[in-house]
This record gives sequence, structure tokens and C-alpha cells, in this order.
Amino acid sequence: METYTLLREIADSWVLLAMFIFFVSVGIWACLPSQNKARADASMIPFRNEDQPCPNPCDTCSCKTVVTQLKGQIDA
Amino acid sequence: MNYVKLVLLGLVTLIAAMGANYARDLAYQVHALLITAIAFGMFIWVLRQIDEPQPAVPPQNTYFDGVVRAGVIATAFWGMAGFLVGTFIAFQLAFPELNFDWGQPFTNFGRLRPLHTSAVIFAFGGNALIATSFYVVQRTSGVRLWGGNAAWFVFWGYQLFIVLAATGYLLGATQSKEYAEPEWYVDIWLTIVWLSYLAVYLGTIVRRKERHIYVANWFYLSFIITVAMLHVINNMSIPVSFWGSKSVQVFSGVQDAMTQWWYGHNAVGFFLTAGFLGMMYYFVPKQAGRPVYSYKLSIIHFWALIFLYIWAGPHHLHYTALPDWASTLGMVFSIILWMPSWGGMINGLMTLQGAWDKLRTDPILRMFVLSLGFYGMSTFEGPMMSIRAVNSLSHYTDWTIGHVHSGALGWNGMITFACIYFLTPKLWGRKQMHSMAAINWHFWLATLGIVLYAASMWVTGIMEGLMWREVDDQGFLVNSFADTVSAKFPMYVVRGLGGVLFLGGAGIMCWNMWMTIRGASPATATLPHATPAE
Repeated sequence: METYTLLREIADSWVLLAMFIFFVSVGIWACLPSQNKARADASMIPFRNEDQPCPNPCDTCSCKTVVTQLKGQIDA
Repeated sequence: MNYVKLVLLGLVTLIAAMGANYARDLAYQVHALLITAIAFGMFIWVLRQIDEPQPAVPPQNTYFDGVVRAGVIATAFWGMAGFLVGTFIAFQLAFPELNFDWGQPFTNFGRLRPLHTSAVIFAFGGNALIATSFYVVQRTSGVRLWGGNAAWFVFWGYQLFIVLAATGYLLGATQSKEYAEPEWYVDIWLTIVWLSYLAVYLGTIVRRKERHIYVANWFYLSFIITVAMLHVINNMSIPVSFWGSKSVQVFSGVQDAMTQWWYGHNAVGFFLTAGFLGMMYYFVPKQAGRPVYSYKLSIIHFWALIFLYIWAGPHHLHYTALPDWASTLGMVFSIILWMPSWGGMINGLMTLQGAWDKLRTDPILRMFVLSLGFYGMSTFEGPMMSIRAVNSLSHYTDWTIGHVHSGALGWNGMITFACIYFLTPKLWGRKQMHSMAAINWHFWLATLGIVLYAASMWVTGIMEGLMWREVDDQGFLVNSFADTVSAKFPMYVVRGLGGVLFLGGAGIMCWNMWMTIRGASPATATLPHATPAE
């Protein structure tokens, strides 16, 4: 079988299916109600850390949670 | 480390000097001399730094804004250069005498046209993207730019790319691929610079202190990665000689054409759309003082845009040797693309919900809204023109030029101007721009310029398309090509005047920036994050 025909065969079947599934799952993930809080938090990012980088420890921004998480991992 | 630098710079100087000697064409010779001079200058500079005390490493609790300041100035400078050349070639089309005899062959339309397109897309747009992306990625990640001076390498390396490309066009070095004209060695240099850009950008995101990667960064990142891929694949060519600028493409025939327009359309899709949407998702919420209308929609906007855009290229090759299925695929995906584009426009516009009153008082916000309006308009016009039947009328006519300019001047130009007005006071520690009235003047001059441009190109494009296809009852074509050229004259003059207005508006912006930065009145706000000399 020619390389072109072979690649075309794969692209037209499994690759197409995989990309479609990925695309649809991203669409579903984007709308998951469980992510509401995360999305609201992310949408506020432009209003934080305007003048200087996120200090450590940080009281006002979500990097605090990252630090706490990291600490938890080290402790565990 | 300095010794390694010295050895490398010395080698580059030597090889470039040899290149200037062995050069097989003028463009290569001039470029070799240029690189010899730059490399030798840097050699001396590094040499003088040896055994000098090293400047202190800048603290991590400040942002790296020096490179953003340089980028904002470079954006304005290249914008003026690109608009000026564009206006001049518009008048060259109306008055061919402007192809001066004494300037041949360097200043004819054929050589100035790629200079204009590259200057506005890659120099003006590219610098705007690099500067704003460095600004945005630091703020949305909450960390200083990764890689230290690598960001400066990206900035200066990109300027060198622009100079090499621009002088190359004038001196006749081109590989004849639209928007990818630079020859092989310039392409290799851009690849190096671009990968450094990707490294700086990714490095900053990896070290971020925010848990989420803000949506603007997704758009910027997809722009950087996709442009790297497009650039490398479309520029696969084999140089005829190491000492000459000429190269031969690896692809040929219809494969070459398809690769070129896969590149060309995605340059529009990822350079001029995804990258600028990254700007939109940061600066529009900032200027409106409200978070983006729907974060959900912005995620869907992102994935739909990058999944669909990549297939739209074949609509540039309707009625050619390209197989029918491929051009149908391109057409269908272009039409589907209308949806995410308008989703993004609505998302941007609705961000102003509850803040619409600011439009009356804030000329910068007005510019953002106008740019989104033009984004919506040209992403409606584009899918329409990609339909085969419409394309049979519009293709090869000035309608295409009008479409490109309503997108480029309206969407890319306006949003870049608005970002410059947002950034200039912030970066130089001023309260606001020197003159708000001047921003208003710029807004109206640019708007009027775009309206004149787009309207005249619609008229002349459709007229031209209809004249080309007109046949008499015997089946003979009624008009010769020269008939259409003379019929277009008035519209060409109007188009040139539109360009003058747009250029004038940008000139006002440069004056305004100058006064803001120089500080005709002393700075009113202190700079809380003054960065040490970098």
C-alpha cells in the first residue's frame, strides 16, 4: 500500500474519531458545573498581580492555594 | 561564559566577512556586511565586559518590563514605516509615474509591496504580539519573565529578522511565497528566535503562581506554537549555494501551493487572530474593569477556533489544480469558523455589560469595541468569500484586498493602538496618556480611513469581477484587462486617501506617545515597580 493511501486511511478513520471525541469532551468539560468556581477564579486573574509578581506567601491571590497544596504534598 | 561568547562572535564575524567576499548576489552581500558589523560590534562589547564587575541579578519580585517598553516603541516605529510604505504603494497603483525611473528596480511596486505586507503584519503586528504577550504572561502568571536576558535576545533577534527581510525584498532576495518571502538564512534565523520566544513564554507559564493558565495565555501559546510549525514546514527549501540567497523549494506544483496557503491562511488565523485574541482577553476586561463575559464561552472559543482554522487554507485555491474535495473541505470549514469567531466577538463585546456608559468617556475602550466590531465584520465577510460561487467573482479582484484591510486595519490595527494607549502610561509610570483629545482624533481619523479604504475596494472589486466575466452575445469577452484598470482609477485615489487618514492617525499616536514618555508635565504617578537597568 502506498504511504499516502495508508496515512489517508488512518486519518479518515481513527484520527478523525479521536479528534472529534477530544473536541466534544473539551466542550463538555468547559461547561461542567463542578468547574464553576475554578472558572470564576480564573476570570479574575487579570485583576491580580498588576504591579508586582505574586509574593510568597500571598494573601490575596490564588497562588496561596498552590503553595498550601505543595506543602501538603511534601508533608504527606 | 564570556570566552565562549567571544569565540562564537569571532567565528560569526569571520564567516560573515567571508560571505561578503564570496557573495553571489547583492542582497546576500549586504546582509553579510550587516552581520559582520553587528557581530564585530558585539564582540568588542563582550570583550570590554570581561573582568568587569557583573551587574546584580535583578530581583524576582519585580516584573521584566524593559523589553515590553522597547516592544511598544518598536511597534509604533514599524507601524509608521509599514503604513507609510502602504500609502505610497497605494498611490503607485493610482499614479504609475511614482515608480520613479531613478529608483529602479529597488522602489518599484513589486518590491515595495512585500515590504509593506511584512512591515505591517510581522514588524508592527509581531512586535505588538511579543510586547503584549510578555506583559500579559507575567501578570497572569504572577511571576517575572523566565530566562533573564533571553527576552532581550528575542526582541533584538526579531528586529534583526525584520531588517534582513525588508532589505532583502528591496535588493531582490525573495522566495516568492506570499507572506513568507524571506530567503533561507533569514528563515533559519527566525526559527532560532522563535524557539527562544517559545522557551521564554513556556518557562514563565511553568513557573506560574496562579493555579490556572488564564485564557489569554492559551491563545498566545497556540499562536507561538502554530507559527513555529507553519514557518518551518512552508519554508523547507534547499539553498543553491551557501554563499548566495537563492534557494529551491522542496515541494512543487499543487503540493507547494497547498502548503503555501495552509501557511498563508493560518498566518491569518494564528498570527493575526489567535495572538490578537490573546490581547483581547486580557486588555478588554482590564480597560472595562470587568471580568470577561463568559469564561465558559472563552474556552469553547479557543478550542473551536484552533480546531477549525487549520483546515480553512484551501479556500485560497478554488478553481485551481487542487482536488475538488480539498477546496470543498476548506470552504466548509471556513463557513463553520464563522460561529467561534462571532462567539469570541460577542464574548468581548458583552464584557462591557454594565459598563457601556464608559464608551462615552473612554476613547481607548471605544477603540477596543470598534476593533471587535471589525473582527466580527471581517469574520463574516471571509466565510462568505470562501464560498466557491462568491469566490468566482471576488477572487483576484480588489475585494480581497478590501477584506484583508478591514480585518488588518480595523481589527489588528485598532486593538494594537488601544493596547499601546493602555500600556504606555502604565509602563512609564504616568497617570494617563498626554492628550485624551488626540486619542479621539486618532480614533476618528483611523475609522474614516478604514471606511474609505473598505468601501472603495468593495466597489472596485465587484466592478472588476463583473467586467472580467462580461461576455457579448457571441461569447467574446467585452472588456480588456486595461479597461478595468482605467475604470478603477477614482477608487484607487479614494483608497490612497483612506491610507493617508489612517497614517495621519498613527502619526498623532506617535506624538502622543512621545509626549507621554518624555513627560511634558512631570510624571504624576510614581513607578512602584521601577526595574534596575537591564
